[in-house]
Amino acid sequence: MAKEIEKAGIPTVHICTVVPISKTVGANRIVPAIAIPHPLGNPAKSEDEEKQLRRSLLDKALRALETKIEEQTVF
Amino acid sequence: MRAVLYLNQFFGQIGAEDKADLEPLVKNGSVGPGNLFRELFGAQVEIAATVICGDNYFAEHIDEATEKVLSMIADYAPDLVLAGPAFNAGRYGMACGAVCEAVAKHQGIPAVTGMFPENPGVESFRKTVYIVKTKATTVGMREAAEKMCRLVLKLARKEPVGLPEEEGYLPRGLRRNYFAAENGASRAITMLLRKMKGETFTTEYPMPVFDRVAPLPPVERMSKATLALVTSGGIVPKGNPDRIESSSATRYGKYDISALQRLSPEFYETAHGGYDPTYANEDPNRVMPLDAARDMEREGKIGRLHPYYYATVGNGTSVARAGQFAGEIAKDLIISDVRAVIITST
Repeated sequence: MAKEIEKAGIPTVHICTVVPISKTVGANRIVPAIAIPHPLGNPAKSEDEEKQLRRSLLDKALRALETKIEEQTVF
Repeated sequence: MRAVLYLNQFFGQIGAEDKADLEPLVKNGSVGPGNLFRELFGAQVEIAATVICGDNYFAEHIDEATEKVLSMIADYAPDLVLAGPAFNAGRYGMACGAVCEAVAKHQGIPAVTGMFPENPGVESFRKTVYIVKTKATTVGMREAAEKMCRLVLKLARKEPVGLPEEEGYLPRGLRRNYFAAENGASRAITMLLRKMKGETFTTEYPMPVFDRVAPLPPVERMSKATLALVTSGGIVPKGNPDRIESSSATRYGKYDISALQRLSPEFYETAHGGYDPTYANEDPNRVMPLDAARDMEREGKIGRLHPYYYATVGNGTSVARAGQFAGEIAKDLIISDVRAVIITST
């Protein structure tokens, strides 16, 4: 999906847990996530800490979107 | 001869998604599909042990898991290793590919697995691993097991292995020299004539398919741009109004979030059948991060959040179908002047 949306002209970042799969399917900007059943969260943390964690992943995703890349890049 | 089998927690009869975090363990003898392998091998091969690992554990710790599984396999000093078949299960396919690659490389013994051609494990490992072509689901179990047994026995006995289509494995891109009756020029002309007549012909040199999209230039200022959220993690309004399938999805949904600050578990849930839904159902923002995205909008880190998010289920969904969803979603995003997309996947 990341590849097709980029093909249509919109820069896309893929936040995902299994980075090798994302590379295989052709996402260009990749941000590794936390875990498969909770990619943007961690139930072991408090609600506030968890939201901060989620926010840090989105911040990284924004940086990825603002970064010039030549090839598939894991941020 | 002695064999060791690698299986995930499901085929290893430990449990379903709730056991996907299982660390590698060994059971003596054969388990699950191992019983079919045992039947097919007969007296020729003894299945000494089965190594079992949870899909999530493997996918989240690929190097560590590979090493652990490898050393468990080595303890039995097998003559051959079988993994899977993984059919169209992505995490399992990656694990089977990684195990077979490591076994062949470090232990120098044959290792064979089986996958559906769209399994991401194929693209990652087909050049280094013998992967038998299977159906997408366990409907193809017996056929896959027969091909795997036949191929691994040939390899173990150091018998010559035939072409991919003869043996039923996916092409590895290896080329072997042989003397042909006709020279290249005359074979090429024969092929050309067939092509001109509209007849079928088989190329001797299939061109590689580079299905890649060049990275787009970065977004200049996210603080001015409209951002959209898309997820393959199956987060949908409670009750799943679009009836998105829990696996092999044929649909996606578009959901209005313009009035929402976060996704409440009271009104949203996951429709995804490929991971333990407990955490996503407890807090859907763990998969579709609306709460944090709204904070960014409020703080001016992004210009605006697109008033809709898009969701499908990425579990066993065909690449072609996912591409079609994304093409349609992209059209919709372009009309709304969306300049950046975050896709989240489980």
